[in-house]
Parts: sequence; C-alpha cells; structure tokens
Amino acid sequence: MGPLAVNEIISENTNLFFAFLIGIGFGYVLEASGFSSSRKLAGVFYGYDMVVLKVFFTAAITAMTGLLLFSLFGWIDLSLVYINPLYVTSAIVGGIIMGGGFILGGYCPGTSFCGASIGKIDAMVFIAGLFIGVALFAAGFNWFEGLYMAAFRGDPKISTALKMSDGFFALLLILAALAMFWVAEIVEKKFPREEY
Amino acid sequence: MNEIKKDRSKKYLNPYLGGVLLGLVLLSANFIAGRGLGASGAVKSVIVTATTTVAPSAAEKSGFVKEYMESHKGNPMKNWLVFQMAGVIVGGFLSGALSGRLKLKVEHSPKITSRRRLIFALAGGILFGFGSQLGRGCTSGAALSGMAVLSLGGFVTMMAIFGTGFALAYFFRKNWI
Repeated sequence: MGPLAVNEIISENTNLFFAFLIGIGFGYVLEASGFSSSRKLAGVFYGYDMVVLKVFFTAAITAMTGLLLFSLFGWIDLSLVYINPLYVTSAIVGGIIMGGGFILGGYCPGTSFCGASIGKIDAMVFIAGLFIGVALFAAGFNWFEGLYMAAFRGDPKISTALKMSDGFFALLLILAALAMFWVAEIVEKKFPREEY
Repeated sequence: MNEIKKDRSKKYLNPYLGGVLLGLVLLSANFIAGRGLGASGAVKSVIVTATTTVAPSAAEKSGFVKEYMESHKGNPMKNWLVFQMAGVIVGGFLSGALSGRLKLKVEHSPKITSRRRLIFALAGGILFGFGSQLGRGCTSGAALSGMAVLSLGGFVTMMAIFGTGFALAYFFRKNWI
C-alpha cells in the first residue's frame, strides 16, 4: 500500500497537496513546542532548556517505531522509502559547519522559518543567511565537488552496519532515548534559569 | 513574575507530546510520499530557480544546478519540500496566533544588543545554509528524517551537528546565558 505516492495510489499533484498539509502539521507542532524561540532552542547546549532533545528524540523514535510496525502489518514497503545516502566526509564536515551555524544563529533551517512565521526578526535574518550560504555553495560547487562526493558508501542502515536486526536496534535506541530524557530532566533542574 | 513564567510555560506543548505529534507527522510523510521532512531543500529550489532565471548562461555551466536537474525532474519550485515549507510557515503562524505569540521582535539575551544578535543570526544562517548543502540536508532532512528510517548517514550528521554545538557552546555562552 504505502508509500502512496511511490506506488502511484495518489497522483503527483495530490502528493504536493499532502506536502502542504504535512508542512502545516510540522510548522504547528514546532511552534507549539517552542521551536520558534532561538533562546529555547539554544538551551539544549547549556542545559537550561532541553526541549530540543526531548522533542527531537521522541519524534525520531515515534516515527521509527511507526515505520517498523507499518512494515510488519504490510502497510508500507520500506524498500521504497527514501534512505539518506552516506557520503562520509561531507556528512561529517557538513554536520560540523551546521553545528557551528546552530550555536551562532540559534536556529536550524526548519525552526527559522517557524520563528519567522510568528514575527521573529532574528529568524528572518537567519533565513537571509541561509540563502546566502546555499548560494555560496552553489557558486563554489566546482571547488567543493571533490569533498561533496568523497567516501560514498551507498545508503546503509545503521542496524545493518552494526549487524543487528532493525527491531533490536530500534529497541536500543528507545532505551537510549529514555535514558537521555531522564538525564535531561535532571540537567534542567541543575541549570535552572529565570524567565527568558 | 513567577505567575507570568508559569502562565507562559503552560502555553507550550508538553515536549514529549510535541515529540509524538512530530513523529506522527514524519510517519505520515513517509507513508504518503515515501520521504521524510526537510527544510533546506526548499531554499535550494529557490536558489536553483533564481540562478536559471537571472543568469541562465551561468546556470548552464554550474555543476550545482546540473546536479540538481539530474536528480529532480521539472520545475524546481514544483517540489515536495517547497510545498511542505509553505505549509510550515502557515502552521507556525496558526500556532503562534492561537497562543498569542505573534509579535515582530528581535529575540536576544538581555546581555547582548539586538545588533549583535542579528549579526550572529546572519552568520549562523550562512554557515547552516552552506553546511546543509555539503551535508545533503539539515536537522530535519538529514538528522531527524534520516534517524527515523535508520539511515547511518542520518545518525552521522546528527552527531556531527549536535557534537559541534556542544563543543562550541562554551565560546558563545555570552550570547545565550
């Protein structure tokens, strides 16, 4: 049955309409969870607000478990679902640059659009920066292409790489997430801060 | 003061409930479209469109545009992530409107000026924009969506992003705490 668009159960235009609806859900939940505030987001790096960690990992384990169950019930063919490819060098270097952008700017791309939608001027300026950053990459693509294409490893699953079944890895990730939530609650009590 | 704080914290969703809801949104994206959520991809579509419109001869020579066109058919603005990001703006606005959070302002720590905040926001945006292209996706597309489909690449990018954030946090603490 699923994925509906890949199996041509819904048309391309219907898929785009669903993209818009899914985006509304995405933006709504991000804003309602406080992701429109850079000071709340940056809290994860200082321990005064761990909302990023809690929402991020709860979402990851929910979607992961849902996909595994859907697959078990035969509702979705996971081999037709997009799995991000792994180019080791660019994944690490790109991630490091993004981490720097996060601590400087206080937003990531999705949350900056969310912040801008409720009037955060710093989020709008961050978005202007995003366009400049993407344009710089585009302009210098020929120089960065070697780095961009280096160490391609296909689109491996982490469970396969660790020689585990998907379900067993999922269980470990859920347990790790629960442990992190427990630590997060302690950390927030240890580094409380005034109204911000 | 205490009451204001209490009132305000109540307005945000419980983070675990928020996480489950976000997970269900991500699950729907995979079930319907066979792909996860994303954000930086929409910016990429705009840049590709701008390049091909404003400077078609430069676009023809650009490896970036060529690479994009090879992996995406048709009009770059008629793209799943462009529609999804349009939805994000609407959804964020709706939530903000319903919770009384619509306000034009520069949010910053009282210890720094608005000007400093905006300079850092711009610099952060440039880095994030650049890094998201090199890393083939940002926190949404590579890290969160990648983790949900157990992509090794997603886990690597997630650890690089957050690891760097923690490693650099000390040096930029004045901006935040």
